[in-house]
Amino acid sequence: MHDAMASIADARGQNFAARLRGVPGVAIILVLLVVVFGLTSRHFASEANLLNVAMQTTILLMIALPMTLVILSEGLDISLGAVLTLCNVVLALMLVRGAGLAGALAASLVVGGAFGLANGALVSLAKMPPFVATLGTLGIAQGLALVLTDGQSVVGLGDAIESIASGRVLGVPIPLAFAIGSYGLTHWLLYHTRFGTYVFAIGGNREALVLAGVRVNLHHIGIYVFAGLMAGLAALLLTARMSSGHPTAAIGMEFDAIVAVAVGGTSFERGEGWLFGTVLGVLAVGVLRNGLNLLGVPSSLQVVSIGVLVMVALLIDGFRKRR
Amino acid sequence: MNVLDLRHRASTGAIALGYRLIVVIAIGVALSFASDAFLTPTNILNVLRQAALLFLIASGLTLVILTAGLDLSVAANLGLAACVAASALKATGSPVVGVLTGIACGVGVGFANGLLVTALRLPPFIATYGMLWVLHGLSYYYMAGETIYGFSPGFREIGSGYLVGVPIPIYLMFVFLAIGWFFTQRTTWGQEIYAIGANPVAARLSGIPVQRRLLLVYTLSGGMAGLAALVYLARLNSAEADIGEPLLLPAIAACLIGGASLFGGVGTISGTLIGALILTLVLNGMNLLEVSANWQPFVTGAIVLAGVGIDMLTRRRAEEKH
Repeated sequence: MHDAMASIADARGQNFAARLRGVPGVAIILVLLVVVFGLTSRHFASEANLLNVAMQTTILLMIALPMTLVILSEGLDISLGAVLTLCNVVLALMLVRGAGLAGALAASLVVGGAFGLANGALVSLAKMPPFVATLGTLGIAQGLALVLTDGQSVVGLGDAIESIASGRVLGVPIPLAFAIGSYGLTHWLLYHTRFGTYVFAIGGNREALVLAGVRVNLHHIGIYVFAGLMAGLAALLLTARMSSGHPTAAIGMEFDAIVAVAVGGTSFERGEGWLFGTVLGVLAVGVLRNGLNLLGVPSSLQVVSIGVLVMVALLIDGFRKRR
Repeated sequence: MNVLDLRHRASTGAIALGYRLIVVIAIGVALSFASDAFLTPTNILNVLRQAALLFLIASGLTLVILTAGLDLSVAANLGLAACVAASALKATGSPVVGVLTGIACGVGVGFANGLLVTALRLPPFIATYGMLWVLHGLSYYYMAGETIYGFSPGFREIGSGYLVGVPIPIYLMFVFLAIGWFFTQRTTWGQEIYAIGANPVAARLSGIPVQRRLLLVYTLSGGMAGLAALVYLARLNSAEADIGEPLLLPAIAACLIGGASLFGGVGTISGTLIGALILTLVLNGMNLLEVSANWQPFVTGAIVLAGVGIDMLTRRRAEEKH
């Protein structure tokens, strides 16, 4: 009798555990974070604040989406924060010189794309380890941002750029429209084009692609160019939000992006991953930062907690794989 | 690994070291033509003192790179160790306590890196890159925007003192060059580190405790960062949260242009010393020629890329030979 009860309880436990295992770890983390901050801070669950989280995380999302593609190809791009910073500086300088919004955005995209091209060429053609190649270009981008601004802020950009941060298209706040558009574009690229198929394959088995006669280098470089272009586009929002250019504006943002991708369940080693997981990962990082902000935790400690977040996510991931 | 292999490696290593020495001399000659201020005893000692600091960080990092790993947290580790040691110095006034605190902090962080890589099996660059930002955050939180400055003359000797007209850090550089050379070339553990980098599977199968050696290597790298923090702190006589940040790219650049291969198993401590010299000469030259310091990240970034490029080329050539 006792045994039978125990075994039923056991089976139920297993059933529950099995169902729980089907839920992605990042969803659990996100729900936990929302519940904890909802309980500890009165302001967290307000509509205004949640909208704020969505807006603030847009720029991070625009970096994290292409970062997912880079990591899926068994790469890494730690130059993205510095490239975004350089694009912000270039965009601001162009606006100050009266180039107009379209001209400034074009310059930003050219700079981002050029760095993407350089990263892609170093990784794919020269076969350099991605983290060191992009560490080198990180230094170059950061150095250029410093040289162009002489270490100072660039201000006086005019009104046009500010309207982007507060404006709406079809009733949707512009940053949110950017987020949705970026996700749509990346989703289409990854899941509905041949390029996307190759992204997974480059990470899983590059040799097979080469043997199949695919122009692997072209697609491999394309991944990094896409990342650079997205940084160039994200610079528009960043500049709009700050109404200025600054040589350290987004230094280190690639860390939040890498954490978001890792927390979202994309593997660093096997070409396995999930693009929507990155969205959840970005939200987890955004909610964590926002919640800690509301609780008065200084931004320096937020970075530490984000480091802890990725450890927890990787541990959950490793624990599940082992079972 | 057989003896012939080692001999072959040693002889090609000596040739490569010779090439790098020629680069050092060439830069030196060029700079002495370009600037009158270069070939003065004060400036040469200054270059050597700066190279000494870079060498202390890069020597620990070299051990990690020899195992085909990477420690991206060295500079942030140095920063935190300097901040913690600075406040310990201020609180107790005792140089001994300050030195022990700084080294303990560096060793502790290095050990944590080692655990992330061995116990959690994280890829080294991910683990230490995460650690970089965690340490960065901790330093800023700990310092809360303050600067700690003005240490006792006894402590400052480590970084700015002289012995027979030669700065103390230069002695430290040669002491650790000797220790590093002996450890890597003349001890079993040192040879095992090369073996792990050359072929981790073969190393494990031949009975080398790979995980324990990796833990040791990351801990040593952290310890050297802690030691370098003390030299830097004693030289600057002040500590801020971002004190270590500008040192990451130079440290990696010194290892790479010193001949350490990111693919593991290739590189020497003396090569890294020459790498540190080359890099310091370039930065010193820029300084003398009045190039803005804002160019430094750009130049070191380019040198890192050049270093990896050379590494790739030599590997490709070696593969073609076999």
